[in-house]
Amino acid sequence: MIAATNITLRYGRNTVLDDLSFQADPGQFTAIVGPNGSGKTSLLKALTGEMPIDGKVSVSGCDIAATPAWHLATLRAVLPQATVLSFPFQALEVVRLGQARNTMRDGTLPHQALARVGLSGYEDRFYQELSGGEQQRVQLARVLCQVWTPVENGTPRWLLLDEPVSSLDIGHQLEIMQIARDYANAGGGVIAVMHDLNLSAMFADRVVLMKSGAILADGTASNVLTDQNVSQTYECRVQTRTVPQDEAWFLLPQGAALRPD
Amino acid sequence: MALADTARALVDRRLRARQMHLWLGILLAAIAIISLATGASGTSLWSALFRLASGDGISLTERVVLWDIRAPRTLLGICVGGALAVSGAVMQGLFRNPLADPGLLGVSAGASLGAITAIVLGGLLPFGLGAFLGAALLPILAFVGAWLTMMVLYAVATRSGRTSVATMLLAGIALGALAAAFSGLLIFRADDMQLRELTFWNLGSLSGSSWSKILLAGPVILIATAFATTLAHGLNGLALGEASAHHIGIPVQRTKNLAILTVSGATGAAVAVSGGIGFIGIVVPHLLRLATGPDHHGLLVNSALLGASLLLLADIFARFVVAPAELPIGIVTALIGTPVFMWILLRQRGVVDL
Repeated sequence: MIAATNITLRYGRNTVLDDLSFQADPGQFTAIVGPNGSGKTSLLKALTGEMPIDGKVSVSGCDIAATPAWHLATLRAVLPQATVLSFPFQALEVVRLGQARNTMRDGTLPHQALARVGLSGYEDRFYQELSGGEQQRVQLARVLCQVWTPVENGTPRWLLLDEPVSSLDIGHQLEIMQIARDYANAGGGVIAVMHDLNLSAMFADRVVLMKSGAILADGTASNVLTDQNVSQTYECRVQTRTVPQDEAWFLLPQGAALRPD
Repeated sequence: MALADTARALVDRRLRARQMHLWLGILLAAIAIISLATGASGTSLWSALFRLASGDGISLTERVVLWDIRAPRTLLGICVGGALAVSGAVMQGLFRNPLADPGLLGVSAGASLGAITAIVLGGLLPFGLGAFLGAALLPILAFVGAWLTMMVLYAVATRSGRTSVATMLLAGIALGALAAAFSGLLIFRADDMQLRELTFWNLGSLSGSSWSKILLAGPVILIATAFATTLAHGLNGLALGEASAHHIGIPVQRTKNLAILTVSGATGAAVAVSGGIGFIGIVVPHLLRLATGPDHHGLLVNSALLGASLLLLADIFARFVVAPAELPIGIVTALIGTPVFMWILLRQRGVVDL
């Protein structure tokens, strides 16, 4: 379980997260959604320990402020929004960076990870020469390589993804979301900051809707993403639907208007 | 299994980097022998060795030329070249930028300021302390100068884990200029004896090599280089940015502190014994990255070997080209280094990605 208790995060004088508590369970795919500036990426950064916060965050019972980096790295892996590299690394070398020391001997693991994100044959391509979407998938392979088995010695491991699909085409979006889904199904935990509400509703077990540094609603997609909630947080009028037979939630952009009623 | 086949078919650049240790080691040994065997006096290494081996004993001239002049010069060249190249490689890893170099970013200038302070103001120390530190004062202050410059540079150029190239270069230039200005002030204040000492120190050459200089700088450089090779994993992780490095399990703060200390120690020691010699730190890691990739595991060791070889080669050239006089070695490294550097920039424009 990843749990954040009463966390407050400030950038200078700006309070981005105010006394917020959050928790996520393994075996579940949790999507954090909300408009730009709602604090969803800040929440993820607080969960990863990237930002100094007031309050406490624990991953599988370990307080992240008191746990050394190498130990945290065995519990969770983090995919940033975008990663710029200044040196001419090849794709496989980037993936290998994620490989933990205890799996170093397994020379095929980075290859498997690249294959998992659909980039077999890209091993010796230079990272800088890949497209933005391909770079993001290479980084995902690196992240998967770090916590390859979703459950290790009975302890579930975590994928923390910051907008994993925002630079991808629809085919690869589905592919990457399925990888995250499978990871959760196999017992690992997934927390993803998402922009795309439809993809979130399709793949996530639980949707956390944020606005102005607070959690506005929390639950299944169809409970959280109501017309009223979505219209209010995103400040535009939308109509959400569900597919009748399986009650799958979706949003049709054509039904939206700029101002809420 | 198909995956295992691809794994084998790929040229693993790590393997190539490891093989290169051997080739660069042989190259360095060959150049070191040439360095021992050539010089203005015409003393022959081989005949001396032959006579030594046959038990005849060697003449005083041979002993002085080979043992007191060429041997320390060759060893010091190896130490300084290795130190500069490794400093460059570590600094580039730390700043995540292929343009970082102790000479370019004012770290050498900071070390120089320390050294000049030692020469000019060293006499002002209370007598006991001055006598206690003795000849070690200059390298110590050179190290302190380099270390302070590195700290300021890193604090200014790196905000929330990302290094801005523009800020880094500008801050480096500014710090270098500031150090040079203070150095100028001190030189202005120096008396005639000190000026003489300064001029000799500042020539930027290996011509004043002696065993005592090696005893001062050698251990520092060896320790710094040894520490640098332990940083490989951390520097690889830092290439992803500080946050991601932490996420993959790198102790970021410790890696950064060690890297800063390593660069300061190696650069400070190199500057203390040889004045400022440029371009080794930037050209050597670049060439090696082209050949075997940016993985620091092989890169740091190879940088030390190739840097030592290149500096020795430049020194041989500097001794040979206008013999019996010699060129300052800084001129030679700049003459060889600048075109190579420009060529790399032009060829690699896409990949270097400034």
